[in-house]
Amino acid sequence: MTFPPKIQARDVSVFYGDTRAIDHVSIDVAQDNVVAFIGPSGCGKSTFLRTLNRMNDTVASARVDGQILLDGEDIYAPDMDVVQLRARVGMVFQKPNPFPKSIYENVAYGPRIHGLAAARADLDEMVERSLRRAGLWDEVKDRLDDSGTALSGGQQQRLCIARAIAVDPEVILMDEPCSALDPIATAKIEELIHELKGRYAIVIVTHNMQQAARVSQQTAFFHLGQLVEFAPTSDIFTNPREERTRDYITGRYG
Amino acid sequence: MSALGLLFTVAGLALIGWLVARMRAATFRRPRVARFSALPAHHGWFVGICTLAPPLIFLAVWSATAPALVTDAVLATPAAAMLPPPGFERASILSEARELGAGRSQGAFHDLAEKLAPAYARAQHRYDTIATAAALLLAFAGGALAFTRVRPDFAARTQVERGVMLMLLVASLIAILTTVGIVASLIYESVRFFRLVPAGEFLFGTHWSPQVVDSRDPGASLGALPLFWGTFFIGAVIAMAVAVPLGLMSAIYLTQYARPVTRRWMKPTLEMLAGVPTVVYGYFAALTVAPAVRELGVAIGIRWASSESALAAGLVMGIMIIPFVSSMADDSIAAVPAAMRDGSLAMGATTSETIRKVMLPAALPGVVGGILLAVSRAIGETMIVVMAASGVATLTLNPFASTTTVTKQIVDLLTGEAEFTSAKTLAAFALGLTLFAVTLALNVVALVVVKRYRESYE
Ligand SMILES: Nc1ncnc2c1ncn2[C@@H]1O[C@H](COP(=O)(O)OP(=O)(O)OP(=O)(O)O)[C@@H](O)[C@H]1O
Ligand SMILES: [Mg+2]
Repeated sequence: MTFPPKIQARDVSVFYGDTRAIDHVSIDVAQDNVVAFIGPSGCGKSTFLRTLNRMNDTVASARVDGQILLDGEDIYAPDMDVVQLRARVGMVFQKPNPFPKSIYENVAYGPRIHGLAAARADLDEMVERSLRRAGLWDEVKDRLDDSGTALSGGQQQRLCIARAIAVDPEVILMDEPCSALDPIATAKIEELIHELKGRYAIVIVTHNMQQAARVSQQTAFFHLGQLVEFAPTSDIFTNPREERTRDYITGRYG
Repeated sequence: MSALGLLFTVAGLALIGWLVARMRAATFRRPRVARFSALPAHHGWFVGICTLAPPLIFLAVWSATAPALVTDAVLATPAAAMLPPPGFERASILSEARELGAGRSQGAFHDLAEKLAPAYARAQHRYDTIATAAALLLAFAGGALAFTRVRPDFAARTQVERGVMLMLLVASLIAILTTVGIVASLIYESVRFFRLVPAGEFLFGTHWSPQVVDSRDPGASLGALPLFWGTFFIGAVIAMAVAVPLGLMSAIYLTQYARPVTRRWMKPTLEMLAGVPTVVYGYFAALTVAPAVRELGVAIGIRWASSESALAAGLVMGIMIIPFVSSMADDSIAAVPAAMRDGSLAMGATTSETIRKVMLPAALPGVVGGILLAVSRAIGETMIVVMAASGVATLTLNPFASTTTVTKQIVDLLTGEAEFTSAKTLAAFALGLTLFAVTLALNVVALVVVKRYRESYE
């Protein structure tokens, strides 16, 4: 790889009060890669993911040590604008969480708060482009004024992805985006991730080994707050270096 | 035997039944295959309940019918022939005689009452004896009958369960029946009022001066529109202008901004406002706020600024209502899923943008429901307006002018000499009924709104 990594985490530790949830983790996420985080429940995948857009700030007891650089810039620096950071690093949650607004307003939410659209026509275009990229446009183009919460679970999740990409982020974080969805909706999301790859750096947390194998180029295995192994996905699944990784992916524990 | 003694005796019998049945059941041998269908305690309770319930039910019915029976017996005596025809005098003689007969008073105003007193005493004694005997008999019979059923295979447990269920049912029925009774009497008196004054004149008449009711045309001075307006103006406009913004903002601060430590002391403190007795608010309004408001009115050049202004009562009422608004708003904001908030924050929205654009719209139905409940409380609030609002009914938009409210007028109408047949007094019931109807409607609407909203987040 010739480009410098998009995200560089250096020696990151996260504490909730006095308990350590992440223990000295360093990891690089490349510009146009999909990185999967796997590991047993409670090992800190979500916690680490949430440090990347500073969503841990909303947890009063959380504290982050170490350094996280986005394009070489320390995102925990005092002069970092969190609002801008989160516009650059979008997030999709485990449970689809559309706002109780119309489909249109859901997607227009980000562009509106960041003042990205000068005129209504611009906004319309942004909404359409985002919905198209999220593969939802054809399903909803005739009912943009319906409530976003009236969509099916899979459609809601794609709406949330459309909402996230509407502000043109550079990185998209996804925390188990398919765990509340059926296999067909899951397949659609995975297909979508394939299409988004290259345009955004994507980090996805998943409990589904096949999913990690299907969508990602690199996989990070976490265990008890530590990063056990970080390698190209094919290596992790065919030829893991660490005993613990092998045990986990072969289903021996976790 | 005195009533209390009788009750104790019956209870004692029940206790004995309980003990005996328990002891007997304890001697049952454990069946070889099946388990006991009931433990000794259940048999005990079964017999105890069967001993206690029949006499209690009998006594309850008896105490409602006995006075009439006693009076009938007295009326059958020769002395009763001298009683005046049915009316106020006859009733007062009889009640004097009853008090004398029961030994609760020494002398009587009417001679006839003294003559009738012994008859009362005798009849009372006779019926008391009958009641005592019947109650004891019922207790014995119930207990004995139940005792014969105490056998190893008797499912006393389910019977006791049924008894408990019945008791709980009766308890809840008492509360419901009381409410129904109160509403019924309100309606009954209001109907009497509306026979004297047409509903249209009462509801839409603009002249209210109950001190000078003309008995030929009572409706002319019993037009309650100014009262309804005053109530609405003080309770729903001025009080809400204070309570809604303050309550909402404190709820937002507490749920979204305050650190847990701050919240832990601030929320209870705020809720303490709800525990301040309304009479304290009342004198706060009358002694502190009202004069200040009047001075303010005079200072800004309002000549008729009253010292019993709508503004003073409304302001204080608004303060009183703050905790209701804030805790309802707090609940509904807290009920908005955290995922919604995180979703907005993750888009790069600030906390206040998130509140304005996501949390509040989502919590709106709950907030509105809370405000409606607060309004219904405010318009039913009495103490503050009794102490701080004026008695003069005026249809005015000027918050510095004096206004009165429905509750204040009800108090005024019913204190002092009240004659329960005059249009003036009956008007209090009509006002009460109207107030009840409005608050009930508000509560129902509010609950429906809140419930619908809760469901949408299940
Ligand atoms: N808000 C919080 N306050 C305190 N402790 C927390 C908090 N969130 C997570 N933790 C703890 O941090 C550890 C890591 O949690 P995290 O949610 O990151 O795990 P995870 O790998 O995402 O698990 P899962 O696969 O179940 O989602 C756990 O032990 C958890 O109990
Ligand atoms: Mg997680």
